Amino acid sequence: MSDRIEFRFSGSGGQGLILAGIILADAAAIYENKNAVQTQSYGPEARGGSSKSEVIISDDPIEYPKATKVNYMVSLTQEAFNKYINDVKDDGIVIVDKELVTDFSKAKGKLYVIDMVKSAREELGKLLGLNIISLGVLVEISGIVSHDSIEKALMKRVPKGFEDYNKKALEIGFRLAKEVKKS
Amino acid sequence: MSKNIKLMQGNEAVAEGAVIAGCDFFAGYPITPSSEVAEILSNKLPKIGKVFLQMEDEIAALGAVLGAALGGAKAITASSGPGMSLKQEHIGYASMCEIPCVIVNVMRGGPSTGLPTLPAQSDIMQAKWGTHGDHAIIAITPSSVNESLYETIRAFNLAVKYRTPVLLLTDEIIGHMREKVVIPDKNEVEIIDVKLPDVPPEKYNPYNYTSGKVTPLAPMGEGYRYHVTGLIHGETGFPSQKTDVIQNAQNWLIDKIYKNIKDIEKFEEFQTGDADILVVAYGSTSRSVRQAISMARAAGIKVGMFRPITIWPFPEEQISNLSKKIKKVLVVEMNMGQIILEVQRAACGSKVYGLHVANGEPITPDQIFAKIKEVSEN
Repeated sequence: MSDRIEFRFSGSGGQGLILAGIILADAAAIYENKNAVQTQSYGPEARGGSSKSEVIISDDPIEYPKATKVNYMVSLTQEAFNKYINDVKDDGIVIVDKELVTDFSKAKGKLYVIDMVKSAREELGKLLGLNIISLGVLVEISGIVSHDSIEKALMKRVPKGFEDYNKKALEIGFRLAKEVKKS
Repeated sequence: MSKNIKLMQGNEAVAEGAVIAGCDFFAGYPITPSSEVAEILSNKLPKIGKVFLQMEDEIAALGAVLGAALGGAKAITASSGPGMSLKQEHIGYASMCEIPCVIVNVMRGGPSTGLPTLPAQSDIMQAKWGTHGDHAIIAITPSSVNESLYETIRAFNLAVKYRTPVLLLTDEIIGHMREKVVIPDKNEVEIIDVKLPDVPPEKYNPYNYTSGKVTPLAPMGEGYRYHVTGLIHGETGFPSQKTDVIQNAQNWLIDKIYKNIKDIEKFEEFQTGDADILVVAYGSTSRSVRQAISMARAAGIKVGMFRPITIWPFPEEQISNLSKKIKKVLVVEMNMGQIILEVQRAACGSKVYGLHVANGEPITPDQIFAKIKEVSEN
């Protein structure tokens, strides 16, 4: 169980975080032949409310499918950050957006505050794709799967006509993570 | 990659398994957390010339499934919680008229609307006794996405073979989680097809209570004319109030399942050989148990697991045999205590403990390990 790595995307329903989790799990399970399990948790409302999408990746079979000792967490709302931070390990890594999460009184682990919304606005022209930017950041920081694998998994789940848009979002994520790693 | 391996959801695996099993017909009414079964089959079935029907409610959905099955179709519906409560009347009709069908219940918290998006294992007794009257039922509890696919195929086979409704009981965790599935070719799995009777229409009786063999259900429209009713009926299908006919009919509904239990049962034993404590768990909870067992063994406590895959009819004999050598039994389920009652009956020589958590979250390996420690010190 020592190689079990737990990821958690958290935010608000409608931000596309479940999809981000699916793409990460697909990249690991299908393109890198690891074991991966993706689960999700959300309330009865269709939009809004806190939602999370979790991915466990391991070389061994994965039994308990949910995250309890989170190695990597992405938070795209303050509410989700406050609600889900507790399970992050002391040496875990937390990735948040600079505009969406501003109160760090509950912070745990190593924190990366990244300008994802700003970059989406400036480089994509809209916030659609914020989930994919955050996925790019997570993959670059964790190194859990290769750029090639995540891109293949992404392309499989993107609607026709939006391939370039999403590829651009992913690359923005890679770049933002590299910048923050250097600083 | 020569094998067809995909990352998919439990609900998707059920839909995939249904198609491989030769499912001709789905009727349903969407309800969380089962809706993906309907959604995916609404896409797949019409493309291969099969039928998808969204009905006005859950009762009508199972009604349509039974009609299709009487026409010779392999038919399935999927639902959850409140939808399963509505379906009970027609489950009884399917039992009584011996109409094969598969009913998927992706269990969520209850009673009533309960917890639409959160898991539970609280419909285990409903599966057995939800509809009124004496009858036996087959129910299956897969514990992974991969198993969901293969057990859906087996559910169709058992439904056709024993002319009975078969319940596939997954839960919100298994239904919604995604993991790797090896998708088989049709020729790699056993598929039991609907057969025509081996007698001509004028000699056909749709029911046979005494030969011990299940009579094939003649599809309507093939020239076989017979009567279908929820009233207790004789072998011709017409209602009867004769005491011997009634008793034969009642015996048959139970015997056809219990006398074939060896064919219907399916279970897994995990590290029971040297175990001092036996954990009984099924479905998604068994995954947490497996992890708790490695924690316990690392701490020097010898624990094993018995996991029913066919949960109804209940594997009494196996539990009874195991309890002769393992004196402490712990039942772990995501409800307030259901299958523990069956385990207590079967494991009468052992002390039976329970860990029952029903708070919308899957039971964690840590919770189970703590309980195992408590049991081992007791």
